[in-house]
Formats: sequence, C-alpha cells, structure tokens
Amino acid sequence: MINGVPVQEHYRSADHQLVSAKEGIWLFMVTEIMMFGGLFVGYFIYHQQYPEMFAEGARFLNWQLGFVNTLVLIFSSFTMALGIYYCQINQTRKAVWALALTILCGAIFMVIKYFEYTHKFHMGIFPGNMLNLTQLNEHLKAAGEPLILSNNLGMYFGFYFCMSGLHGIHVILGMALIGWSIWRTTRGDFNGNYYTFVEGVGIFWHIIDLIWIFLFPLLYLVG
Amino acid sequence: MGNDTHTEHHITPLSTYLKIAGALFVLTFLTVGMHALRNYTSPFSPLIAFSIAGVKAYLVMAYFMHLKYETPLNKIIFATGFLFLLVLVFFCVLDIYTRLATSSVL
Repeated sequence: MINGVPVQEHYRSADHQLVSAKEGIWLFMVTEIMMFGGLFVGYFIYHQQYPEMFAEGARFLNWQLGFVNTLVLIFSSFTMALGIYYCQINQTRKAVWALALTILCGAIFMVIKYFEYTHKFHMGIFPGNMLNLTQLNEHLKAAGEPLILSNNLGMYFGFYFCMSGLHGIHVILGMALIGWSIWRTTRGDFNGNYYTFVEGVGIFWHIIDLIWIFLFPLLYLVG
Repeated sequence: MGNDTHTEHHITPLSTYLKIAGALFVLTFLTVGMHALRNYTSPFSPLIAFSIAGVKAYLVMAYFMHLKYETPLNKIIFATGFLFLLVLVFFCVLDIYTRLATSSVL
C-alpha cells in the first residue's frame, strides 16, 4: 500500500500500475470498436444490395422506444461519470448511489429491449432462416397492414438481432461489472488515490453508450 | 516515465458533466427532430443523423471517457481501432462499387 494504492509487486510504482491498466482497457476498447464496426460495415453492404428489403424490415422498429432507450443510456453514462467523480473526491457513499442508479438505467434499457424482442417473436420475426414469413404476413393481413414482399427479410433481422443483441449482452455484462464495483466500493477498496477499477468499468460502460449512439439512428431512423 | 514523475488524476468538475449530459440530451432530441423533417432533407437525412451521432460520440469520448485528458499513447491506441475500421470500409466500398452488374456476361 502506497498512499492508499495497493501496488502489485510487478509494478515499479502506483503510476506505472495505473498507466499499464489504462493502456489495457484502451486496447480492449479497440477490439470493441472493431467488433461492432465489422457489423456496421456488413449492414451497409447489404443495405446497399437490398434497399427495399431493409426498408420493409425497418417498418417493424418503433423509434419511440429506441428514443427512450437512448435517453436512458445517456443518463446512465452521466451517472457512471458521477460515480467516478465521487470516487475521485473521496465521497464513496455518493459514488455507490450514482453507480446503483447506473445499474437501474441499464435495467430499464433491458426491460424496454425485452418488450421489443417479445413483440417481434410474437409476430414470427426471428433472425435469418428462423423468420416465419407466413406467420408474419398472416399477422399483417389481420392488422390490415401491407404484406411483406421480400423473401429474405430474415437477413435484415439477422443484423437487427445480432447488433442489438450483442449490445444487450454488453449492457448486462456492464451492469454486472458495475455491481462488482459497488461491492468493492462499499468494502472500502477505493479512495481518491485509487479507483482504477471503477474507471475501467466506466470506460466500458461509456463505449456501450457510444455504440448505441450509432445503433439508434442506424436501426430506428435511417432503416 | 521516471519514478519521480507523478501523473495527476484530472478531476472534471461536476458542472462540465452536467453541460455534456445536457448537450447529449439536446442532440438526441435534434436527431429525432431532423427525422421528423426527413421528407425535406431526403437524400441527406442519413448523413445528418450520423453527423449528429458523430458529435455525440465525440462528447462521450472526450469528456465521459476522459480521453481528452488521457496520455497521447492511449489516444493513439484508441484511434487505431477507428483507423482499421476505415481500412475495412475503404476496401468494402472499393469492392461493392467496382463490381460489374450481376446481369453482365463478362
């Protein structure tokens, strides 16, 4: 322990440890950008090839729900930043509250996602080959809406479920990591000199927000 | 970096976080507002939506992720992610737009 910082024995100093940890988290963020980036590029390529089919698919997305989720996620990023801020100024009790609020926002996001997904499953909308076009068209006929003409609509929903699903998995993981940092904060692990763990989790949570900032217009608005 | 140099933690004041969060909320409303006007901005509406998203992304990265106060090395590391993404986009665009029509017999 040096000034409240538990320095591992393989580091020269607390600074050396901090710099190494930060470098690691940023390298991890690079892999995140590239993983989601690949999906975005794939979406653009197939959107280019089947614009009509993508437009038909985008009909089933409710932008109001995406909009609410965007606001929820931005607010959660703000509370996450507050969590780190309160660790920095040694007010760990407030930090715990800010982090708990972040988890709550993540949960609200996932509940809205749950309703979006189950509504689609109910209509027979699944990714790829699993999409039941007959069931979907029967549903549309009953509702008096125009029928689906493309026979490869499953591709659009393959992208939709992969991109928003992978993002949702990140939200769940992020919530678990924030839960872990709350536990460690209440245990008294962190103080104004040492909060690297919370900071790393924060960067991960913000990248989730960052990806959603692009996913929202891509899936819900541009279609 | 020598042992004696100490990297100070940069503490962003609370007011900055409030301003950034406010700006992000306003920009989200702007995105939806521009979406409502999509019939007037027709060919450029995706461009407008993604430009606003770009500004929001910058605010999140610079202030929430503290990238503005990171070491140059970490800034470069993070930038390489976008650089390689650009390489991917470049070659995909090159491929898709230089393909002959599928009806071609060549």
